[in-house]
Amino acid sequence: MTVILDPTNERVPVTRQVTERSGAIRGTVAFLDISKPRGNVLIDQMQTLLAERLPDVEFKRYAKPTFTKPAPEALREEVREAADFVIEALAD
Amino acid sequence: MISPQPYLLHVSGSDKQVSYPGERPAMIVFVKEDCPTCREILPVISAVRRHFDGHVDVHVLGQTEAGNAVLTEALGEVLDDSALKVAYAYDIDTVPTLCFEGSPPLVGFVRDEWQAFVEAQSQAAGLDSPDIDWSGLPAWRPGCGSLSADPANAARLQAEAENSPLRARRIEVGALDDEFEFMFDQGFSDGLPLVPPTPERVLRMLSGTSRDPQEVISVMPPNMGDATVEKIAINAVMAGCKPAYLPVVLAAVQAICTDAYNIHGVMATTMGASPVLVVNGPIRERIGMNMGLGALGQGNRANATIGRAVRLAVRNIGGAQPGGTERSTLGNPMKFTMCFAEWEERSPWEPMHVERGYEAGESVVTLYTATSGPMLMVDQTSRTAPQLAGSFGLALESIFGPKQHYASDTLVVVCPEHIDTFVRDGYSKADIRARIQEVTARPIRELLENEVSGTGFPAKFAEGKSAEELERLVPKFRAPEDIHIAVAGADAGKFSGAFHGWAIGDIGSRSVSQAIDPFF
Repeated sequence: MTVILDPTNERVPVTRQVTERSGAIRGTVAFLDISKPRGNVLIDQMQTLLAERLPDVEFKRYAKPTFTKPAPEALREEVREAADFVIEALAD
Repeated sequence: MISPQPYLLHVSGSDKQVSYPGERPAMIVFVKEDCPTCREILPVISAVRRHFDGHVDVHVLGQTEAGNAVLTEALGEVLDDSALKVAYAYDIDTVPTLCFEGSPPLVGFVRDEWQAFVEAQSQAAGLDSPDIDWSGLPAWRPGCGSLSADPANAARLQAEAENSPLRARRIEVGALDDEFEFMFDQGFSDGLPLVPPTPERVLRMLSGTSRDPQEVISVMPPNMGDATVEKIAINAVMAGCKPAYLPVVLAAVQAICTDAYNIHGVMATTMGASPVLVVNGPIRERIGMNMGLGALGQGNRANATIGRAVRLAVRNIGGAQPGGTERSTLGNPMKFTMCFAEWEERSPWEPMHVERGYEAGESVVTLYTATSGPMLMVDQTSRTAPQLAGSFGLALESIFGPKQHYASDTLVVVCPEHIDTFVRDGYSKADIRARIQEVTARPIRELLENEVSGTGFPAKFAEGKSAEELERLVPKFRAPEDIHIAVAGADAGKFSGAFHGWAIGDIGSRSVSQAIDPFF
């Protein structure tokens, strides 16, 4: 991790911008199950519905080891390399 | 293994500051003057420092002011850690202790350990073994307790441990984020990549000045942000400056924030104005500024990054951003950077800063506001000074448009071949100014708005005036002092330049000079 010093007058909180939205879904969509109970059921249903509407899109499934901790860096890197979109299931 | 801690310390008895990390790897030796072991090995430390000169820095950190004065006599340069902050941060128990990144610390003096370490580092640096008579030294000396470990100091040091010279908000850039993209996303950039301002780089930048990092140099509009030395240093890092350039940037920031210079108006105007920095005095040579071939162009780090640092400070500390309070219709490339040095030695005249009341030996930065330029003034055929200055005048008529007199000021940059023409005829700066005013003088009736152009004096300005009054001549500039003159450029080429100003007087921007802190 790199630490840099804020060059501004610090009136504005640091923001992290989300990736620009393209308006279309193409390529690969990753489902990330945070491993809460029945999250997989939600993801199964969503995948079925999305696959009907987006026949050319590839779906991949990932799961965090536990919902209590952030996704490990290696997993985040893997998802980022493999997918264009991520849907994270926060089922409870 | 001790983890390296960045620091910024004064050289004992001097204003000079030294940072770690610096440009070279460094051995850090903690010593105390009243420690017999430290005293005994001073010749060794001195020899090691000489041996690694130019390859590895050897920072000696002393623990009391009085003791440091004695140590300085023996070693030449000792860093003042009398506040004990660095010794505390390194968790030093014993003096002497030698630390070097990647090696275990050498605690006390164990002759074989020191010898092995010095031999290994010599080999790594591609040096022969140093000329040190190891056999004449004691095999082992325990050293003394470090004052930083003294219980009398422990509480204070603990309280102050967070009291770093750096106070700016620390931003953690995620391991998966690209720091360059991150800085673009945050809006820190002028559109070009920035050097990430890590704490280590900012500390190193601060070693370029003896000023307190928290000193407020000025309050910067439009957001009225406090332009501290630290904040300016952060922007200087991002711009790509070396530490030695920082005093110029500090002086320039001070100058632009004056009421006379009016950086708020300069940034906000739809006319697309921007600061131009002219540097005079000994600092030009010391930091390697370009005043010769291509001085107003690209290719010189000091010229390029000093101007950029000032602009980034205005953007980030002041908050002036295009589309916000910065409202240029077209903008201009000088908004990235515009800074050069005057070639005083090639000039027959007083340099710009001396004209403005400074001593020739002082280093000074002069801020001028330009909306266009440098406009080339091509004259390869005039053989007399009046002709050449006349050509300048005709070219300067174009500022804002030929009918717009009394509207702005100009910065004329005279090239060496043109200097030679002026010298032949004994022309002074005053002569050039007078000649420009002479050849640009037009009757009022020619400067009124008309069917050719709606610019110039409004038609009603002529109402009630006699024909004689309308024949009165009005020169281009309100006063000769509105023609600023500097010398720069390559020896070859009869091409001088001129920057076009912005609004002048109380509503506009006046050129402001500011002395640069003397080098320590």
